[in-house]
Amino acid sequence: MLLGFPLLSLVIWLPIFIGILVFATGGDRNARLAKWLALAGSVLSLLVAIPLYAQFDSIMSGMQFIEYHAWIERFNVHYHLGVDGISMPLILLNCFITPLVVIAGWQVINNRVSQYMGAFLVMSGIVNGVFSSLDAILFYVFWEASLIPMFLIIGVWGGPNRVYAAIKFFLYTLMGSLLMLVAFIYLYNVSGGSFSILDYHKLPLPLAPQILIFIAFLLAFAVKVPMWPVHTWLPDAHVEAPTGGSIVLAAILLKLGGYGFLRFSLPIVPDASQYLSGMMIGLSLIAVVYIGLVALVQADMKKLIAYSSVSHMGFVTLGFFLFNAYGIEGAMVQMISHGFISGAMFLCVGVMYDRLHSRQISDYGGVANKMPIFSVFFMLFAMANAGLPGTSGFVGEFMVIMAAIKVNFWYAFFAATTLIFGAAYTLWMYKRVVFGAVASSKVEGLVDVTGREILILTILAAAVLWMGVYPLPLTEVMHATVDDLLAHLSRSKL
Amino acid sequence: MNFLLPNLAPAYPEIFLLIMVCVALLAELAVGDKLHYISYLLAQIALFGCALITFTTSTPDVVYTFSGMFVDDTLADVLKLVVYITVSIFLVYSHKYVAMRGMFSGEFFSLVLFATLGMMVMISASNLLTLYLGLELLSLSLYAMVALRRDSVAATEAAMKFFILGALASGFLLYGMSLIYGATGALDVARITEVIQSGVANPKVLVVGLVFIIAGISFKLSVVPFHMWVPDVYQGAPTAVVLFIGSAPKLAAFGFIMRLLVEGMGGMVADWQGMLIILAVLSMVVGNLAAIAQTNIKRMLAYSTISHMGFMLLGIISADSNGYSSSMFYIVVYVIMTLGTFGMIMLLSREEFEVEKLDDFKGLNRRSPWYAFITLLFMFSLAGVPPTVGFYAKLSVLQAVMGVGYVWLAVVAVLFSLVGAFYYLRIVKLMYFDEPESDVPISPHGDVELLISANGMAVLVLGIFPQTLMALCVYAINQPI
Repeated sequence: MLLGFPLLSLVIWLPIFIGILVFATGGDRNARLAKWLALAGSVLSLLVAIPLYAQFDSIMSGMQFIEYHAWIERFNVHYHLGVDGISMPLILLNCFITPLVVIAGWQVINNRVSQYMGAFLVMSGIVNGVFSSLDAILFYVFWEASLIPMFLIIGVWGGPNRVYAAIKFFLYTLMGSLLMLVAFIYLYNVSGGSFSILDYHKLPLPLAPQILIFIAFLLAFAVKVPMWPVHTWLPDAHVEAPTGGSIVLAAILLKLGGYGFLRFSLPIVPDASQYLSGMMIGLSLIAVVYIGLVALVQADMKKLIAYSSVSHMGFVTLGFFLFNAYGIEGAMVQMISHGFISGAMFLCVGVMYDRLHSRQISDYGGVANKMPIFSVFFMLFAMANAGLPGTSGFVGEFMVIMAAIKVNFWYAFFAATTLIFGAAYTLWMYKRVVFGAVASSKVEGLVDVTGREILILTILAAAVLWMGVYPLPLTEVMHATVDDLLAHLSRSKL
Repeated sequence: MNFLLPNLAPAYPEIFLLIMVCVALLAELAVGDKLHYISYLLAQIALFGCALITFTTSTPDVVYTFSGMFVDDTLADVLKLVVYITVSIFLVYSHKYVAMRGMFSGEFFSLVLFATLGMMVMISASNLLTLYLGLELLSLSLYAMVALRRDSVAATEAAMKFFILGALASGFLLYGMSLIYGATGALDVARITEVIQSGVANPKVLVVGLVFIIAGISFKLSVVPFHMWVPDVYQGAPTAVVLFIGSAPKLAAFGFIMRLLVEGMGGMVADWQGMLIILAVLSMVVGNLAAIAQTNIKRMLAYSTISHMGFMLLGIISADSNGYSSSMFYIVVYVIMTLGTFGMIMLLSREEFEVEKLDDFKGLNRRSPWYAFITLLFMFSLAGVPPTVGFYAKLSVLQAVMGVGYVWLAVVAVLFSLVGAFYYLRIVKLMYFDEPESDVPISPHGDVELLISANGMAVLVLGIFPQTLMALCVYAINQPI
């Protein structure tokens, strides 16, 4: 084991550094160089992240790979990094998605290529920072910093209504996080001058401030997840974002919200979490059922997948607030699996959009006749999105429903309706787009996926199937952490 | 009669600067109109010399001189050093701009140096009269600078407004000081403190005096409801002068608050705290909301200044050394960001072309990705988004104000900084998302190019390593109080 080697720092700063190099390649004359550099950087970042898994001690519940340095003495802020069974899989997911995003934009992006590629690499590093920060201010810096590249990605390379979507995305998320900052400062003052998240976990707090802090955190994380009713930025952002932006948004940025609940809300204010769990479960079920119905009527494929994301993320928040091991682990599995599936779904839509420049379901029909290989992949991901057993989509949902049934039959009942609605909206869309007679001369002109696209789709398909059949390597690393979290939750902090 | 020469050592920088201003004026006469660069160089040399003197003579001790009218402590040293640097950067940014507009004359530099001298006196004053003297020296120089371009109608109008309202504010301030003098029988800040603490002064007179003083300060600091002059002056005055008005004098105003409110009237915290809360909240509300409606970049930045000053007051409201050092940090950071933003506006302006509209930033990323990126840093820093230094400025004042229990004030502040984020984002949007309206190449002077890049990087680097600057502010504040 590489004791004392700053592995986490490397995982954070390597992509950022290479991202800056990519920016430095300058204008579109050097586009080739920018692309290859970005690809090399993202693959390298994935490689350096692998020891995080390989050397992870899954028996230990505490933080691993810890780095601790003084940073801002004035406020007792430290450069404090570490991962546990919750954050480590998310870092791997992020490092895994970034190369795919780079490849996905390979031929599609012809405009300011170095800025596009650089922004994704920088964001990848920043997101790794969010997942591994153990200091509230460090966390907050990464958390907010991740907004800037995404804002530019949506705004510069997005669709026609991109400006509205980018600003809405930024302000919505900023609103939530500013109140979280107030909560952090409150905790700093109460704890006698510490910004350490682990100190906050131990800090006793009366119920009233706990509830206020919970609400401040809730706003920050609910916007990110996003939960009903603060989800409205997501369909806009997704629809307007370029394909790579949509993939990162769905696969990675939404997970920041879920991660926030596990790292902050539950352990710092456990009593308020218990106290308000009814509300949280209610909001989650509304997301699952109501947003599922909303997805059914969408005419735009990206919007449909965006709403389906909100609905699936409802499962995640539902799992958290059931307070049992199945629920939390199921929610974690759901987060990772949603990262693969939603990324793949957006990629599939992107593949079609690149050819036809339309996202309207009505413009398609009979795609299977022209793009048979693509249709196979698309079907696999559509099935996974619907939660078919054998795919990763099933595992998480099944675990959460099992957890819900232990708590209350009706929770499980409403949650399980997603298996029907999810299948309905996904497969109905699939049917209208892929099957039937060739709908128009444009569809007639479609060409099947290229080798580059097959490569990404194969990688994602393998991940979806592997997790669906054998999720143990994932659940194994988080057992100890989740058990520890549950033990912590059962102790009152009043 | 026995005449004792006062200890001149604490005032060496002021004396040196005064001599240098006189030299600059004479040199201007001697070399005539053609060699204005002499004045520019002399001004830079004067500032460098002052910095050298202040830096080498700086001690942690508090030294009074001129019978207690003048004080030299760490607060004065640090603030003065920041003022020198600010004025020096301002001169680099603006010399090209003023030369293109026929303002590049000896008077311009003499006025700048006189204003700087005024600020230094304000910062080091420990007597109501010295405070007022410094303030007027600063204000009169500024009025003249705004009016310097006398063939411009907008500038003349701005100067007129600035002068009339400024004179009114000075009147307020003077009246307040006279009331304080009436109640305490003292002009010395230290003596006023003693009398107020002993409780013999008539509290009613004191409070009325305090109201007038706060009104006067609020005008100079440009906080609501004494902000009316700010948008008009920012819009009308030449950009270089706006940069000057918006940067260094805020440092002096902070020094003024520290001397008069905190040191002199520290015994009346409960009274001025309440007043400042109202001013701060109003500034944040009005400043941020009004900025949204602006289409002129300078007017928008004027309202942004107003909201920033409201934010800065939060630290003063906390009324402890933690809060004061947070406010000082805020002011210093604000000055760094203002220098950069206006520096960029001047850089994009050309001969016969002023950057006035927000739309002049359209498509900057196409024209120059590097300048667009630097402007982006300034905008996110003004909005308080990490990893820029503006975030730590907000963090420290919020921490200070929450530390003394005003959680609601912090919540109001963050909500309005969310509103503020919108109009800074709009500039980023114009630069990155829109197509350029002109494709005239941007060709700044080498020194400006270098300095503005350094300025942009400072916003980022201080955003990653803010400790040194924070520690400096703590050092400055902890000594005198």
